[in-house]
Amino acid sequence: MTTVFGVPLPAILGQLMLGLVNGSFYALLSLGLAVIFGLLGVVNFAHGAFYMLGAFAAYVGLQMLGINYWWALLLAPLAVGLLGVIIERLFLRHLYQVEPVYGLLLTFGIALIAEGIMRSLFGASGKSYPVPALLQGGFNLGFMVLPIYRAWVVLASVTVCAATWFLIERTRLGAMLRAATENARLVQAFGINVPLMVMCTYGAGVALAALAGVLAAPVIQVSPLMGSSLVIVVFAVVVIGGMGSIVGAIVSGLVLGLIEGLTKVVYPEASNIVVFIIMAVVLIWRPAGLFGKEQ
Amino acid sequence: MRAQIAVYVVLTALALIAPFLGLYPVFLMKLLCFAMFACAFNLLLGYTKMLSFGHAAYFGASAYVTGWLTTVHGWGTLEGILGGVAVSMLLGLVIGAIAVRRQGIYFAMITLALAQVVYFICLQAQFTGGENGLQGIPRGSLLGLIGLGNDRIMYYFVLAVFIGVFIFIRRIVHSPFGQVLKAIRANEPRAISLGYKVDRYKLTAFVLSASLAGLAGSLKALVLGFATLSDVSQTTSGEVILMTLLGGSGTFLGPVVGANVVVTLQEYLSDLVGAWVSVIIGAIFVVCVMIFRRGFVGEIERRFARRA
Repeated sequence: MTTVFGVPLPAILGQLMLGLVNGSFYALLSLGLAVIFGLLGVVNFAHGAFYMLGAFAAYVGLQMLGINYWWALLLAPLAVGLLGVIIERLFLRHLYQVEPVYGLLLTFGIALIAEGIMRSLFGASGKSYPVPALLQGGFNLGFMVLPIYRAWVVLASVTVCAATWFLIERTRLGAMLRAATENARLVQAFGINVPLMVMCTYGAGVALAALAGVLAAPVIQVSPLMGSSLVIVVFAVVVIGGMGSIVGAIVSGLVLGLIEGLTKVVYPEASNIVVFIIMAVVLIWRPAGLFGKEQ
Repeated sequence: MRAQIAVYVVLTALALIAPFLGLYPVFLMKLLCFAMFACAFNLLLGYTKMLSFGHAAYFGASAYVTGWLTTVHGWGTLEGILGGVAVSMLLGLVIGAIAVRRQGIYFAMITLALAQVVYFICLQAQFTGGENGLQGIPRGSLLGLIGLGNDRIMYYFVLAVFIGVFIFIRRIVHSPFGQVLKAIRANEPRAISLGYKVDRYKLTAFVLSASLAGLAGSLKALVLGFATLSDVSQTTSGEVILMTLLGGSGTFLGPVVGANVVVTLQEYLSDLVGAWVSVIIGAIFVVCVMIFRRGFVGEIERRFARRA
């Protein structure tokens, strides 16, 4: 059998595949964080909680209402996005005038509330969500078996990321959004309803997190704490990519997932911390992140 | 000023007689340890406006190191504490050196991410006992003279250290060094243009704060006899922020008040409501951020200042 560094090649490819799947989740989550940060200037600590709520929405939908995976893919982000809109309206909106750390603290509190409620209702143990019938099984590539569901996760998230990038960088709506990021007051003076745009942006960013949650539900255990450690990794991804940079968030999400997968093969003990170490190195070398602009 | 001295005298007297009022000494010591932790944190948030989101790393690492030195290596109590503080000081130096390069929320995210590295090291390393943590940490004795096994003696030891730390922090804040920190808090570019090496001041404050947080962690390990993953976790980092905010950041007594409120709430609510306690803590966070940003002590001080 072919080996690299004394590790069988299929094992490496398997871990790379897993890494790419994780990277897809990182990319979706950091994309939402970056969009929210760009326009609102808020670091959304509750992002992991919204991801968790997305997965739970799919789980509860299937168990109690019989909503299948494909509808969950649409409805869960809508429901969670609506929740995000309400939170923006009720709380975040009043914090734009004060220092940005208060937004971080507020969303931290919201994450605690969401996780606490789900833990009280569902317990701390993980629930499994079945892989939809259409995506079961795997392709035999000769040297390894590629599970169809994992391939779907990568494909779906890359498509959504690309569509979001297109929306922001290439459409009229995106142009207004980018203009408001630069100078909200001026854009408002042109007669564009900036507060509405801000509200929808927060809802959309949060919906992306929920979508990642639905996509993740069949491959990981759905549990109330699934988002709380993930959100810290995603923070590191966003810092590496450069805060507020759309391309940076997507690219560094995917690449860091791959690097994490490789680390699992080469030196498994470090796989949990490799992203943070890369973050420290990037910060020393390029404080604004790989794709960020120096102020 | 006279009112302030009166408050301190009353509080010290209360602390001195507290074990005789039927309050459980171990609980009182836990309050003191977390109050010390919050005071250490406040040195950073309150006086330099740097929000560290990873202070549990120093608190917990020091708890682990003290526990490991005293149980496995048979070190004495004071040496064990010093060992723990030395490690948290070193951690503070390394993490601080990276983090002070950025400001505001970036600073918060970087301290959070690097604290997560400490968490994973504690999870995977051999000496920390992994998921089980370290248990049966002995309290030992002070220089072989005074045994600390007795809860009341231990209480007065912890109280003495706490008062020492409190006075030390007051001293730092009122020193020329503290004035420079406040200048940086008020207007960083201006402090730079006046010729202050801002990053060095910030790093010094960070290391001081990390070391004192470590001292609180060491004492906590000795008081309760264990060090666990929750000591280094993100939740603990969040709780110390809440304690400081709720009591009033940038006030001397605020963190003490906040720590007492939060620890007491957790102690009594966790039996009553189980997992809902984190919902309540989260709700207090939201209320604090939305309408109560000055905290208890901050509000009281403002009322007094208005009248004067």
